[in-house]
Amino acid sequence: MVNGRDVDMRTSLCGIELDKPVMAASGTFGYGLEFAELYDINVLGTFSFKGTTPEPRFGNPTPRIADCTEGMLNSVGLQNPGVDKVLEEELPELAKVFHKPVMANVCGGSPEDYALVAEKLSQCDQIGWLEVNISCPNVRSGGMAFGTDPKAAAEVIGAVRKVTTKPVIAKLSPNVTDITEIAKACEAAGADGITAINTLLGMRIDLKSRKPVLAREMGGFSGPAVFPVALRAVYQITRAVDLPVVGCGGVRTAEDVLEMMMAGAKAVQVGSQNLVDPFACRDIIEALPAAMEKYGIKNLREDI
Amino acid sequence: MRNSEFTIKKNQRIAAGMNEMILQVPETPEDEEMLRNIRPGQFINIRIEGLYLRRPISICDWDAGAGTITIVYKTVGRGTEAMGLMETGETLDILWPLGNGYALPQAGQEAERRTRRPLLIGGGAGVPPMVSLCRRMIEAGLQPTVILGFRSEEDAYYQDRFEAMGARTLITAEDGSIGQQGFVTDAMRTLIDSDGACAYDSVYACGPEPMLRAICETAPETIPGWFSFEERMGCGFGACMGCSCETKYGSKRICKDGPVLERSEIIW
Repeated sequence: MVNGRDVDMRTSLCGIELDKPVMAASGTFGYGLEFAELYDINVLGTFSFKGTTPEPRFGNPTPRIADCTEGMLNSVGLQNPGVDKVLEEELPELAKVFHKPVMANVCGGSPEDYALVAEKLSQCDQIGWLEVNISCPNVRSGGMAFGTDPKAAAEVIGAVRKVTTKPVIAKLSPNVTDITEIAKACEAAGADGITAINTLLGMRIDLKSRKPVLAREMGGFSGPAVFPVALRAVYQITRAVDLPVVGCGGVRTAEDVLEMMMAGAKAVQVGSQNLVDPFACRDIIEALPAAMEKYGIKNLREDI
Repeated sequence: MRNSEFTIKKNQRIAAGMNEMILQVPETPEDEEMLRNIRPGQFINIRIEGLYLRRPISICDWDAGAGTITIVYKTVGRGTEAMGLMETGETLDILWPLGNGYALPQAGQEAERRTRRPLLIGGGAGVPPMVSLCRRMIEAGLQPTVILGFRSEEDAYYQDRFEAMGARTLITAEDGSIGQQGFVTDAMRTLIDSDGACAYDSVYACGPEPMLRAICETAPETIPGWFSFEERMGCGFGACMGCSCETKYGSKRICKDGPVLERSEIIW
């Protein structure tokens, strides 16, 4: 056992094997193509692509990015080309450079919207999982509105469940009193897994103008600062439901990946770090074997 | 795009609140290749200790022979204030080059024959990209006219740099302390004679958005123009959709599809 070459990084998520436990989080990796120009993205376990809605969306007015201590705010608001264009243009391009199942991030303004997007995306063979985004804080209708109420969350997950045979993963918001209540409601409605967490609602004010930095005033806070919050949510959820959990929030290093998995995560997403370091996912995966070896982990499925 | 470690060769104040930094590019074949292929109007994204997001700064000019890049930045916040305190020999983690940059007319093309006399306009912190643009245009045999707009004499810099290249250079200052009193658009009006003949056939601009808009409104409608825009960015390479803007041809990312937009596509 030298250089961590003998460790086994395989894991699985809802019956689909991942050769690496690390994936890029939705909204930080586009549809993969920008990163495929930089490195072979097949080194990733997979990635969750940009939140996709029935119609094209421009999103919110700019400025919609703000820097914070050890993190950032965004109020992008689900800008995406719409599900039809994603199927016709983005996914065929992706198939040329990425040869593993990809995670689709599904959004909408109503349960019917979610079901429509899920049904259309289910036709694409390369999509392995549907990650249902009931936690985006940057849209007026839908998004977080569904993920902060157990009944509404169940309604969306139920609507998606009906139209697909692919694994359905609910991506949850931390902006709730008890995240396990939402997780339980999603489990009861037929979810196969949980991603935790989406961004925390936050805001910054510009001292010179005395006005919010973001045009939309509030946005989603992410980055290394939220890691303990995400870890806590993963820990609580894995003890409350019998579903695999994907840990997401503030992951920056291979050690963070292991810590997330020790909290109970089956796989781990890297989000904001991709934006400040486009090679973050690749470098974390390269560093993982040595980190596993350092902490006496030979096999991610058995030794954590 | 590459992620490289640049070494600071020089970091000095050149006008009120404006610093010039000369960066040494690593001597690898990949970096040297990148350096040869930079386009005027592209930018670099700098990681600064203690700050989460990188800070995008436009490329002023580069010297492929010496292996250097020059940037000019205005100290406006924590990032640029920290940069102002950096010393020769320190290193910076940089993603570069980013953005589309200005498209130079290709020799022999129809567009090249129609744009022999470009007008380059830089306002305040928008002056730097005009340096390399002007240099490349003169190297290509074009005859650029340059307008530099400042608030006051103490903000002014680089007039001599454009003059040394042989470009006709006009200066405006809002308070009249240097050059012509007024805005860059006042200088633009002096380039159209009483018969309506215009001294330029294309326009390239960088500066605050109200200035860009005023330039667009002042330039004769028939001439092409390229304008460089600013927006708060997350990643700088097209992944986060933080800096999108709407254009007549659909939404574009300022960091990747811009920062330079063509006159005909801009929605003001």
